[in-house]
Amino acid sequence: MDEDFIPVSRRGILAGGVATATIATAPASAQDSPQDRPPPSATTRLKVNGRTMTLTVDTRTTLLDALREHAHLTGAKKGCDHGQCGACTVLVAGRRINSCLTLAAMHDGDEITTIEGLGRPDDLHPLQAAFVAHDSYQCGYCTPGQICSAAGMLAELKAGVPSHVSADLDDPRATADEVRERMSGNICRCGAYSNIIEAISEVGGIKA
Amino acid sequence: MKPFTYERVATPAEAAAAALKNPKARFIAGGTNLLDLMKLEIEVPPHLIDINRLGLDKIKETDQGGLRIGALVRNTDLAADRRVRKDYAVLSRALLSGASGQLRNKATTAGNLLQRTRCPYFYDPTMPCNKRAPGSGCSALQGFNRNLAILGTSDQCIATHPSDMAVAMRLLDATVETVHADGRTRAIPIASFHRLPGTTPHIETDLAPGELITAVVLPPPLGGTHIYRKVRDRASYAFALVSVAAVLQRDGTGRAAFGGLAHKPWRVEAAEARMAQGPKAVADAVLAGARTTPQNAFKTVLAERTLAAVFEQARA
Repeated sequence: MDEDFIPVSRRGILAGGVATATIATAPASAQDSPQDRPPPSATTRLKVNGRTMTLTVDTRTTLLDALREHAHLTGAKKGCDHGQCGACTVLVAGRRINSCLTLAAMHDGDEITTIEGLGRPDDLHPLQAAFVAHDSYQCGYCTPGQICSAAGMLAELKAGVPSHVSADLDDPRATADEVRERMSGNICRCGAYSNIIEAISEVGGIKA
Repeated sequence: MKPFTYERVATPAEAAAAALKNPKARFIAGGTNLLDLMKLEIEVPPHLIDINRLGLDKIKETDQGGLRIGALVRNTDLAADRRVRKDYAVLSRALLSGASGQLRNKATTAGNLLQRTRCPYFYDPTMPCNKRAPGSGCSALQGFNRNLAILGTSDQCIATHPSDMAVAMRLLDATVETVHADGRTRAIPIASFHRLPGTTPHIETDLAPGELITAVVLPPPLGGTHIYRKVRDRASYAFALVSVAAVLQRDGTGRAAFGGLAHKPWRVEAAEARMAQGPKAVADAVLAGARTTPQNAFKTVLAERTLAAVFEQARA
């Protein structure tokens, strides 16, 4: 990373403590076993929320883990870690994807926008403000993914990308049914769907 | 996930060379299915070859009047392509009925063809599965098999192919273009691309090790009414119980292919000769060899009714 200062989180201290303990207790004779060889790594340059960072990570690192554990952007959430819940949704070059189902190494040079980059507490993105106004969450765990997904989804709708419920493939209409279908990759365990639809519909100029 | 080495390649030749050097390597494109399986250690490649930068992401018109779809064209882009929407609507509809918006933005045309079954026993490393661990047995035969195959099965595997897109590709008689690791190219008709399980359910396609899909080619448009009807347990973001892809012509002729019934998209050309006699005649011919279990016997009825609904929709 090109940042001079990384705030140390409680998790970082805990992880560091565990790592230190492991090294201290590892028997010297085991140093050359395959277990002790560092796993293969890859270097990737990500432009996250406008800031370029170069990361050298274990090749297994997903984009989600790179954002959360290396870039310390914990807005994107790990829900199922298998692309089924949508809590990890971020925008890559403006398109929404599940960041848990892609490797950080595969995004060398890509522009990534997380919930932290969509808006700030003192300068909310319209979707963030609408989610607050419509009380579109209970526990809030799925919310960053819902909002990033909605931002990508509204852009797709505007670009004329059809959906499963579009009666005419060439003329998808901005309706609540379209929003429901297009947001089906984001699960809300609290069931705040009706308020989520209201918030997204308001920002998208759609009759809920 | 097991550790693996990783490399990015820039040309199909580089990809081929990398595959030749690492016989156990896997190509990674969208990664939405491969990484899912790697997390569960069902796929354990020691090396990944990232093919995302090969430039195979264009859709071009062919001299024959069809379309050549690059292997890396994302599902969203293929479904939204103006020419696909206009001339191959059944393909757009099939793509849009599958997965979620996020997954379609990442998943590729070639990767969709190569995605693996969602049989619950294939996905459960604690259970025997001939597809995951050849020779270990099939847990599904006596297990939870409500959503598994009724056609083309064997006593070693009753898994289904999960793709919607592939059903439309089969209907449209697409061709899969590939390049071997040694540089040779070939074109595989979609009908022979996917295999039936037989005694080797772990071998799912006609591809040789290291062979890379470069494009999927569509023949000239068929005209007619294009319909993709998918029946599933919830209204969105679920795999098919049964699906029907159809192109129906005004003179009563047409084509129909089925998803959710077999280890590959299921199309019986001989049954299509009965189109004018109505859906029951076609379904009877398609389902003649069905082998069902008490849990999935409903699929024969559902397939016939789904086809009937497709006929009705075409008339409306």
